[in-house]
Amino acid sequence: MELLDQLKEKIKERLPELDVVIGWEQGFDPLHATPLFMRTEEDVDRLVFSPLCVHNLASHLTGLKGKKVGIVVKGCDSRSVVELLQEKLLVREDVTVFGLPCTGVVSLKKIKHALGGLDKVASAEFNGNELKVSAAGAARVLPLNEIAADKCGRCQYHNALLSDVFVGAPVEAAAEDNYADVEAFQAKSPQEQAAYWRDAMQRCLRCYACRNACPMCVCRDHCVAQSREPHWMTQQDTVQEKWFFQMIHALHLAGRCTECGECERACPVGIPLLLLKRKINKEIKELFDYQAGTKIDATPPLLSFKVEEENINERGW
Amino acid sequence: MSAAPGNELRIIGFLCNWCSYGGADTAGVGRMTQPTDLRIIRVPCSGRIDPLFVLKALVNGADGVLVSGCHPRDCHYAEGNFYARRRLEVLKRFLQVLGIDERRFEYTWVSASEGQRWQEVVQKFTERIHELGPAPKITPDQMAMAETMAAQPR
Ligand code: SF4
Ligand code: SF4
Repeated sequence: MELLDQLKEKIKERLPELDVVIGWEQGFDPLHATPLFMRTEEDVDRLVFSPLCVHNLASHLTGLKGKKVGIVVKGCDSRSVVELLQEKLLVREDVTVFGLPCTGVVSLKKIKHALGGLDKVASAEFNGNELKVSAAGAARVLPLNEIAADKCGRCQYHNALLSDVFVGAPVEAAAEDNYADVEAFQAKSPQEQAAYWRDAMQRCLRCYACRNACPMCVCRDHCVAQSREPHWMTQQDTVQEKWFFQMIHALHLAGRCTECGECERACPVGIPLLLLKRKINKEIKELFDYQAGTKIDATPPLLSFKVEEENINERGW
Repeated sequence: MSAAPGNELRIIGFLCNWCSYGGADTAGVGRMTQPTDLRIIRVPCSGRIDPLFVLKALVNGADGVLVSGCHPRDCHYAEGNFYARRRLEVLKRFLQVLGIDERRFEYTWVSASEGQRWQEVVQKFTERIHELGPAPKITPDQMAMAETMAAQPR
């Protein structure tokens, strides 16, 4: 708990100069954390940090433009802040970043699967790398690596890449990402893939939770999904409209998506949206050796070019 | 003349005004025979082409989409096609997980004087699309539409 105390202390130090600091607090049940907006010292006392703190709080930043905002970030969340700064969607002086080292967050879907449901959870506590839960009268111990979000298993940036205040000891490990999931999906035939997406998109409610959770989806009321001018989409509830919306989201995120996974986590019907974005990231990595959200002063690959492209064939046919 | 007579497919072409559209014109003025499956949409520059134009066409039932612009280093606006090249390449690879056959989309470069080359491009691409056949219909709506169209007298 040392880390949490240090963090609270640092936040309290900076609080007088800030309008609000965003962190996490205990949610409605022992397994859920929820975003916390701290304005007073008492608020700071409610702060928590554990692998249950799944939210990428950077999604709130552009909504608070013009205010002095503090934000607590894990490694992956910090990439969103970096990307927002790179795109000049935030003013550097207005954000104070409290960076943390992180060994992984949970996937509530996996916990749900392991427990057979998320109701009746009486207590949940992390002990090192194990989660002790008592649910429906029975106690269970779940190792973090079995219930961690997929993104954590391939995390290359456990420590916040950008921080004004870094709390705790940096995590040494860094995994490789070989995009095995994308490769596996790509190995299916176009027919199988089409059937898979048709099925998934039939479930889509068009709730836009995916878009709203995305820290890089900053258009708000101007999103093309709802605009009449340009009129990219109708309001019809057909598979191809919904499917086309996901293509829009993926392409509008090309070279910008930091793979925080919020879109997929937010989807109430469990559509693997991250796969689409990872496919594009995989290609961008291969073609332009670029990863979004790692450098503030990098040039986005799709807003630049080389006269001689090393990895694109000149298409002589 | 369609590659397979009486069995025309829907291919959408996005051509830049300065080179490829001119190239298609040159082919026409030279009376070169070409398949007629291609519907051309003229855009100011290949850099004007949002990859979503292509996806929207494919999602809504196009059997193939062809994009053509000025050769790299020959863009009327100096660098439009350099940006286009990056976007179109990413788009082409994106198709690999969308369940849309990658071969239904192609991008290439044809200049205004290359009537001959234009003819070859259209011929080759149209043949490829005919080999692939009509795009699989995605929704019951589209299937119904395809059936109605097929039932119409030609
Ligand atoms: S598209 Fe998904 S993974 Fe990418 S930045 Fe947005 S929420 Fe995160
Ligand atoms: S969150 Fe899921 S259900 Fe909602 S619009 Fe996005 S894909 Fe559809």
